[in-house]
Amino acid sequence: MKDLALARAEQVAREDLVMFVNACFSCTGQREFYNDARGQSVAIDFLHEYILGNYRRLYARTLAAGINHFNQAQIILNLLATGKQTSPEDRREEGALIASALRALPPQRAFRVLELLRERRINNRRARAIAREYLEGRPDLSFDAVKYRAKLRATVAHGHLKLSGELNPFLFQGWRKRVYTTPLLEKFRQAHFAQDALFELPFTIAEGLAVKHGIPRGVFLERIEPRLTVAERLRLQGAAAREEGTITLDLGRAALTKLALYVLSLKPETRRERRAELHAALEQSAARTLRRASVPLGRVAAVLDNSYSASGSTEKRRRPLGVALAAHYLLSASAREFRAFWTNPIEDPLLVEARGQTDLATPLLDALDWMPDLVVVVSDGYDNDPPNAVAEVTRVFRTKLDPGRRTTLVHANPVFASELYAPRGIGALVPTVGVRDAEDLPTVLGFARFAEGAAPLSELEDYLAARVRRLLERGKPLPAEEEA
Amino acid sequence: MSRDKTRRLLPTGLRLAPSQVWGSIRLVPVLRDEVRGDLRFARRTYDDDLAVVSLKGGLMEPGLKYISYVPHGLVMSWDNKQAEVVAGTRLHKPDGKVLKAGPFTVRVLHRMARREDKNRLRLLPLHLAMEGFLAMHFGGPEVAWTEYSQEALSHGLDPRGESSVPGWASTAFDEALRVFEINEQQVGVLIFKADMLLSACIVSHPEDYRALHRALLEDFYGELLLQYGFLANSADLWLSIDDRQVSSMADLRNAVGRMRRDWADFQGFMAGGLFGTEVVTSTVYEAGPFHLERFVTSLVPSEENHLGELIVRADGTLEYLKTYRLSAAQTRRAYLLKQLAGANWNLERAAAGLKTTREDLVVRLNNAGFGYLLKESVLREALRHR
Repeated sequence: MKDLALARAEQVAREDLVMFVNACFSCTGQREFYNDARGQSVAIDFLHEYILGNYRRLYARTLAAGINHFNQAQIILNLLATGKQTSPEDRREEGALIASALRALPPQRAFRVLELLRERRINNRRARAIAREYLEGRPDLSFDAVKYRAKLRATVAHGHLKLSGELNPFLFQGWRKRVYTTPLLEKFRQAHFAQDALFELPFTIAEGLAVKHGIPRGVFLERIEPRLTVAERLRLQGAAAREEGTITLDLGRAALTKLALYVLSLKPETRRERRAELHAALEQSAARTLRRASVPLGRVAAVLDNSYSASGSTEKRRRPLGVALAAHYLLSASAREFRAFWTNPIEDPLLVEARGQTDLATPLLDALDWMPDLVVVVSDGYDNDPPNAVAEVTRVFRTKLDPGRRTTLVHANPVFASELYAPRGIGALVPTVGVRDAEDLPTVLGFARFAEGAAPLSELEDYLAARVRRLLERGKPLPAEEEA
Repeated sequence: MSRDKTRRLLPTGLRLAPSQVWGSIRLVPVLRDEVRGDLRFARRTYDDDLAVVSLKGGLMEPGLKYISYVPHGLVMSWDNKQAEVVAGTRLHKPDGKVLKAGPFTVRVLHRMARREDKNRLRLLPLHLAMEGFLAMHFGGPEVAWTEYSQEALSHGLDPRGESSVPGWASTAFDEALRVFEINEQQVGVLIFKADMLLSACIVSHPEDYRALHRALLEDFYGELLLQYGFLANSADLWLSIDDRQVSSMADLRNAVGRMRRDWADFQGFMAGGLFGTEVVTSTVYEAGPFHLERFVTSLVPSEENHLGELIVRADGTLEYLKTYRLSAAQTRRAYLLKQLAGANWNLERAAAGLKTTREDLVVRLNNAGFGYLLKESVLREALRHR
């Protein structure tokens, strides 16, 4: 009797954790096609509080699971806010996890976490130490002081930190008080009075000052070009084209999903004209992603959803479709044999558009007919033509046609359904895992066996512990890594 | 209405696809396999607060008028050459006249369906059918029976009004249209609220449907759209596959095909109050092989009743359909008028036809809002006798 209760408790714990990690892969608290932003943030906040309250150690270790930045930031904040509840034996590991996760976040997100410490009035000794350590680890703090000035000032004021050199006067007195000797700070000061200086500043800062000086957009973009980061270059391609300028960019260097979203933002004619270039860039970017984390795969079929709901929302425009397109390139680069099956068939994946109803069953049947080793379904989990058909197909296939599991089925879902507190699935017998970027796919394929429910809790704990060890040893996490 | 005839409303040339549900709204896509492309519709928007449609006489002359809020008109063009040119273009032809009335604008339009060019007709969707319905027994008594008031004898039922609900009054409907995924061959939609057929909208060409999809929100619907607001979601109807009959991939594929067919049959059954029933139609316009007709169902109060307009091709293909579901009260009113007109407005004979007494009929007329038709003394007597 007691064993039964224990087993049940273990099952509950495992399901809770799988649900949480899954949500942390896909949910960003933003509006989705079917759900509004409010529902999303209520659901994700609830999940965070629930897991933090019940499984604190595993909650902290989720930081190492490869989840998205939004949720990493939430976890860091929640852990720092409730430091008292950490048990003594976990204290070291938790602190180290927070510090290394914070260091690995993109700087704007990390600085936002530090700023939120002030807004949420979190000011314990550990929080101050983490903030100090983070700032000490930054390669160029005067650059940060210019680019993230308000956030850095909030952090410094909140933690009573003393920064070296001219940084404290710069943050608190600004550009009117004095002349600086640090070159970047001096340029920032000058740029308020003279146009030429602003072209030495980071793009986002220079942008605002250019408006102040009334510099025409076209001229500004042309002169600031050398300062742009890869992401900024990608983002500004359209703007530059409108101003009849060009921003040179080696597209293959851009992150895969971002690049896919950029391609999808182009008009079909443009995509057709630049087909060779875009195709090569996507392949190159996929190859680069795989160099960091390769998952050699056998015969792989991808069932990709390009129905109307893949158009996403105003906040996540075309993201589900972008993930599907990126997954197409990523899987085709890592598989020995690869075939893609789109819900509304297309001749060329580069010209894909979100249109029409979701008939997931037919492409899935086509994929299974091809007898692959692995089927990856990328879809938001809604199928309506006919409804529930894909769940029935997977159920009958799993129980009747392939009980020996020759073919593995995995469903990757880029959309978090707030009413379910999880990404919507496609049947009880197929593991569903959340993804935000196609780059997560290798990680997520490793996680899928927990989502399936077959692996016991201890294995999930070991999995997380191993990832924690690797993260802390290397000092910096890999976005994805090979899994058994 | 000498050209009235009955016909059976059949979805010839059309096919139903599985529905998409959002809350209590169920939208059933209507697909057309053979698209001929010689009949196209385009939308013309009117941004006026009110529209006055002159039904008889010139545009600005006195005569019979229909007054309503008309957000858009449909421009229908037929014949291959013309239709292809018109498709997708917005026709900014001056249509009627716009008058300023304080802060509001009023558009005066000429006729419900007005020919604008050799192969082009402008029609006001649903208003065309609604006007026909209002006008049906509009004239009032033709024989001066003594029971009727002076008012009724000289003016008939003029002015008559019916109320309806615009699509945007229901946020659930707005959301359902937003998240709806339009099928590639889709030419129309059946709209169910709490699994009761609310309206049907079908056009001839898939591209036209795509363009008109969001305009469904501007159309008007029966009160049913707002009723059952607190009713729970439409049931998720799951069909399942019998795995005992599946032993290969081909079997599985067949089973999915059967599932799809079962859906179509089931939804056809749900729309049985409209498709397959006898309707009374009258021809409004004949354009080449296309017949524009407006229709109304039997008006028997115990059944679901729709009115609307349709276009059939000479070979019987249903090319256009737009319907409005009458509420129970609207049906009752129409039914009483129809019975009165059938009995030549004689109260005794009408009462006999309804298997009731004269007094009872008078009370029913009063309850339906037609008290003003009768002399006050007749009404008072009837109420006392009950």
